Amino acid sequence: MRRMRGVVLAVIALTGAMSLVACAKDAGRRGSVGGQAAACKLADKPELIPGLIATTTATGERIDGSHLRVGLAFDVGGRGDESFNDAAAAGIDRAKEELGITDVREVTASHQESEDVKQSRLRQLAQDGFNPIIAVGFSYADSLEAVAPEFPNVRFALVDATVEGAPNVTPLLFSEEQGSFLVGVAAAYKSRNCHVGFVGGVETPLIQKFEAGFLQGAKAAAPDIRVDVKYLTSAGDFSGFNDPEKATHSTRGLLDRGADVIYQAAGGSGKGVFAAVDDADGAMAIGVDSDQYKQKNLAAYRDVIITSMLKRVDVGVVDFLRAVAKNDLSAMPDVLNLKENGVDYATSGGKLDDIEDVLEAYKSQIIAGNIEVRDRPGA
Amino acid sequence: MGSLRGQLLPPVLAIAFAALLCTITLLISGANPGSALAAMVGQVGEGTTAVDIVNSASVYYLAALAVAIGFQMNLFNIGVEGQYRLAAVVAAVVGGAVALPTGVHAAFIIVVAALVGAAYAAIPAILKVTRNVHEVISTIMLNAIAAGIIAFMIRDDMFGVLRGNNISTAEIASSGWVPGVPLGGYGTLFGLAFLAVAVGIGYWVLMNRTRFGFELRAAGESPTAATAGGVNAKRMILVSMLLSGGVAGLVAMPELLGRDHTYLMTSPAGYGFTGIAIALLGRNHPAGIAFGALLWAFLDKSAVALDNVGVPKEIVTIMQGSIVLSVVVAYAVVRRFELRAEQRRVGQKLGGAEPAAATAGGAS
Repeated sequence: MRRMRGVVLAVIALTGAMSLVACAKDAGRRGSVGGQAAACKLADKPELIPGLIATTTATGERIDGSHLRVGLAFDVGGRGDESFNDAAAAGIDRAKEELGITDVREVTASHQESEDVKQSRLRQLAQDGFNPIIAVGFSYADSLEAVAPEFPNVRFALVDATVEGAPNVTPLLFSEEQGSFLVGVAAAYKSRNCHVGFVGGVETPLIQKFEAGFLQGAKAAAPDIRVDVKYLTSAGDFSGFNDPEKATHSTRGLLDRGADVIYQAAGGSGKGVFAAVDDADGAMAIGVDSDQYKQKNLAAYRDVIITSMLKRVDVGVVDFLRAVAKNDLSAMPDVLNLKENGVDYATSGGKLDDIEDVLEAYKSQIIAGNIEVRDRPGA
Repeated sequence: MGSLRGQLLPPVLAIAFAALLCTITLLISGANPGSALAAMVGQVGEGTTAVDIVNSASVYYLAALAVAIGFQMNLFNIGVEGQYRLAAVVAAVVGGAVALPTGVHAAFIIVVAALVGAAYAAIPAILKVTRNVHEVISTIMLNAIAAGIIAFMIRDDMFGVLRGNNISTAEIASSGWVPGVPLGGYGTLFGLAFLAVAVGIGYWVLMNRTRFGFELRAAGESPTAATAGGVNAKRMILVSMLLSGGVAGLVAMPELLGRDHTYLMTSPAGYGFTGIAIALLGRNHPAGIAFGALLWAFLDKSAVALDNVGVPKEIVTIMQGSIVLSVVVAYAVVRRFELRAEQRRVGQKLGGAEPAAATAGGAS
């Protein structure tokens, strides 16, 4: 009996010790962020070229768009995705205020739907008298190619793609790589390990633009920096844009390897990235598309969101509606770059205040054309 | 089970139950079920919706037949999804690379697709007959692998072509297209919708009018009994899986050759899973499946119309899900009911008192 008790005690002691070791290991792993590695050796910061950065977007003149009936066809996720679609939604909301638009119908795509469904969606908007109609997402490109010629008097806008041979379709293109470059610089400056990560939703050419810019920006600011890249799903499987769980696991993998600033371009999976970053000590996250620091549903993670790469779909939408209201589309730029405020970085939360001069300097260099940002990784 | 009532009652009950469930859901969410129904029915007459429904139904029909062939042999081919997508991308690549005369080109692409589908289904079939690996496990895994292969094949350094932010395979020359039936403002009916009908007829003949079909169903009901009767069950597994895969390979053909002419990164996925639901709904019967495919396509298209009138389109998914669930339950209930009725009949014929076994079996 006594021996028995000894064995039990020994077992308890052993398991206790083992769990202590496990705890220590765990703590070590979490603590490694900021621990073993040193911050980057930064490249010299470029000169700020004055006078290039537009400070205000206001055009001054008051335009009345109250006669417009706007149709808005969202991509998968729709209003409330905290990201890409919400940026378009923000544009509509602003247009309602600024242009007095009241009649808006919003419809949303389903997950990997068939082509004819997209066409019906656009066609029904046009048939119900909506004009202009804005299609959000490049997956509407083929559908618009079919539908736009059927309604030559309806003005269409297409976010993220062009349609050849359809004069009534205005493309709204953004240089995601330029904005991503700037948050890449920010990541390099903020990283304590000189090691950052990128989480992409689906490995598509569009998301690779985000990756390419981020990579180039980080390397420009800190040539020795390590950038780990992780995509949630490969091309053709769009579940990666809506799988926060998977994003959390993948992000944890990056954090465990020592990355301490994670940039995500993962649509609805983004909150999974934030959750993982929030869990790790000292790690930081960079949002995408909308100013995610301000998103209500992401408020729990706002402490770790140091900035967001803004893809100003809202600017594109408002500019387009303004142009339609004026009946003059000639002023619409081919691509919305940094120069046109089409992409930018967010400063909400004030976590970039100390390096804003650096970012502005890089920004001016890109606008001046001294830095050319690639839109494909490794190219 | 053989009676017409036994065949038709469960799906009718299931659809009625699903409709009831959706009505309640709509009422709770504050939408008007009446206007939702009006939008769903009204859309059919609008624009190209009617033709779109038939077009999509032909695609679903092929997918469901592929699943049903497996079901007849008691095989659950979840891999239709992977088989059809892989077949589509290979057929698109091959079709875009070769130059053949009109007609021959299209036929060649269709044959390639069927062969690729069959070849990809051969993997779980061989694993099953040689190593007894359950086809559910192997086909699920192969679906994931197919997604990876597709992503690899449409890379722009492989066979992919960048189209703005999209990726596609090289476009198939017009000699490889299958012209549709233009119906003016109502849209264009896929030419290959007729292929779906032909496959459906072929399926019925094969299952009901050939020795092979009889052996297949027998082996599906009871492999041991069939083996005792001289049927090679392993061969049946292999052949039915290959047939299932071959039909699965055809699933994407109506859209590929009739409309898209290229496989896009954004090409739709999920037809294989839709096929499972429709095969269940149609009880593996070619006419039942046709009805199920049309219903499914109608519900899918309704999503757009509902979205347009401000009713949450997710109601369609709820409806589809509850139909499948309740159809399974309804068949079980009706079957038990009929079994009891039959036992009672038999008991009465045997002379008055109900046999104890039947009561016990029926009441459980």
